[in-house]
Amino acid sequence: MFLFVRKSFSLAALLIALLVTQVEASADEILVSAAASLTDVLKEIATGYQAKAKQTLTFNFGPSSGLARQIEEGAPADIFFSADLPQMDTLEKKNLLDPDTRKNLLSNQLVIIVPADSKLAILSPKDLLKSEVKKIALAEPSSVPVGVYSKKYLSDEGLWNQVESKVVPVQDVRATLASVESGNVEAGFVYKTDAAISKKVKIVYEVPVDKGPKITYPAAIVKESKHKDAARDFMNYLQSPTAKDAFKKYGFVVLD
Amino acid sequence: MILSFDTWQITLFSLAVGLASTVLILPFGITLAWLFARKEWPLKSVVETIVLLPLVMPPVSTGLILLKIFGRRSPLGQWLYNRGFEIVFNWKGVLIAMAVMSFPLLVRSVRTSFGEVNPRLEQIAATLGASPLKIFFVVTVPLAYKGIVAGALLAFSRALGEFGATILLAGNIPGRTQTLSLAIYSFVQLGKDPEAYVLLGITVVLAFLFVWTSEWLLRTEKKV
Repeated sequence: MFLFVRKSFSLAALLIALLVTQVEASADEILVSAAASLTDVLKEIATGYQAKAKQTLTFNFGPSSGLARQIEEGAPADIFFSADLPQMDTLEKKNLLDPDTRKNLLSNQLVIIVPADSKLAILSPKDLLKSEVKKIALAEPSSVPVGVYSKKYLSDEGLWNQVESKVVPVQDVRATLASVESGNVEAGFVYKTDAAISKKVKIVYEVPVDKGPKITYPAAIVKESKHKDAARDFMNYLQSPTAKDAFKKYGFVVLD
Repeated sequence: MILSFDTWQITLFSLAVGLASTVLILPFGITLAWLFARKEWPLKSVVETIVLLPLVMPPVSTGLILLKIFGRRSPLGQWLYNRGFEIVFNWKGVLIAMAVMSFPLLVRSVRTSFGEVNPRLEQIAATLGASPLKIFFVVTVPLAYKGIVAGALLAFSRALGEFGATILLAGNIPGRTQTLSLAIYSFVQLGKDPEAYVLLGITVVLAFLFVWTSEWLLRTEKKV
């Protein structure tokens, strides 16, 4: 027993030493903080990229608002790929980006989804007011892009005040997708590209592009990045024909 | 005004549901603790282990299990839903998450206290003609009451601090299922640090009060 206690002291000392030692990330590693809706398409693009390039890509997917907060707090992201302009603007205003690297890359479309086995007739946003629709999943409508877009759309349609009490705010667009898949909510708002990857939900309404909010996905290099050359290289790759084909394949609108 | 309406609502909601969950688990926890402390029975060690699981497993794991049990796609969830009972994304979900996560703490504390009650006293009462139920309420419980109160306080503070299971089962819906812990998380995510700090202060004060009282009770418990 005594030996065990003594050994644990030396083990603890070793762990503390590891904690305080600086381990420099290798020069060819870049961290990309990207909106959750880009999860599948960026992973596919990364496979193609890493087959040829020397750099390793690590992705940090999540709600663009949460990712922006992380960067504000000093998270070591090299590239920020957001699902809306306000999150990018916040970082630019705080002087956390290289503004000349900022570019609008993609657009998307908002859709209303229900569980695949749902029997509810939801043919237009007004049907969300029906009493059979008890809960509507939305990514946090005050900060997460898809939630902000959805709230704006519902407000413009004059429906927000009536559906607000049914809203279940969740972390991001993929959490929205998951809650609709689970059947614990009757409907949810996601991007068309997210609905496309799930067989457990069905689209009941596509928000017309001219009536819905303008969705723009900008990307930029973070000012504090220590791998600017590698980041620039990947940013260029994101605008290459190969990458553009991948985005189109998943249903994104590529901006030129 | 430091304490805005929202802060009050979040604090009172957390305290109310936390209190309700503790009251809910008290009879079950005390009974089970007594069965653990005084009786031997088949599968006792299995039940002991299961009861302790929420204490040791990651709270989100317990939350996921609860979500699968009570979600609409499960038999139980479907049955409850048809009768108008919604657990998921509801204050009832908060209640259940808190109850399950704090249950093992209550059982452990009460079991230890029952264990410290001299069984001779219970036997003496029996020889004087007291029924088992009477012995329990007149001899055992009064001698162990400080441990029971300490266990309840510990369970209550654990319930207040619940996050992982709560966010999965009940969601983080402001005004309906948002507790102190969930609200702090939300405010940090939104970059609203001042609001988060206010709630942080409240949770620190509450936790300090509960643990200090609980420890004091256990220290001053008489061993007969």
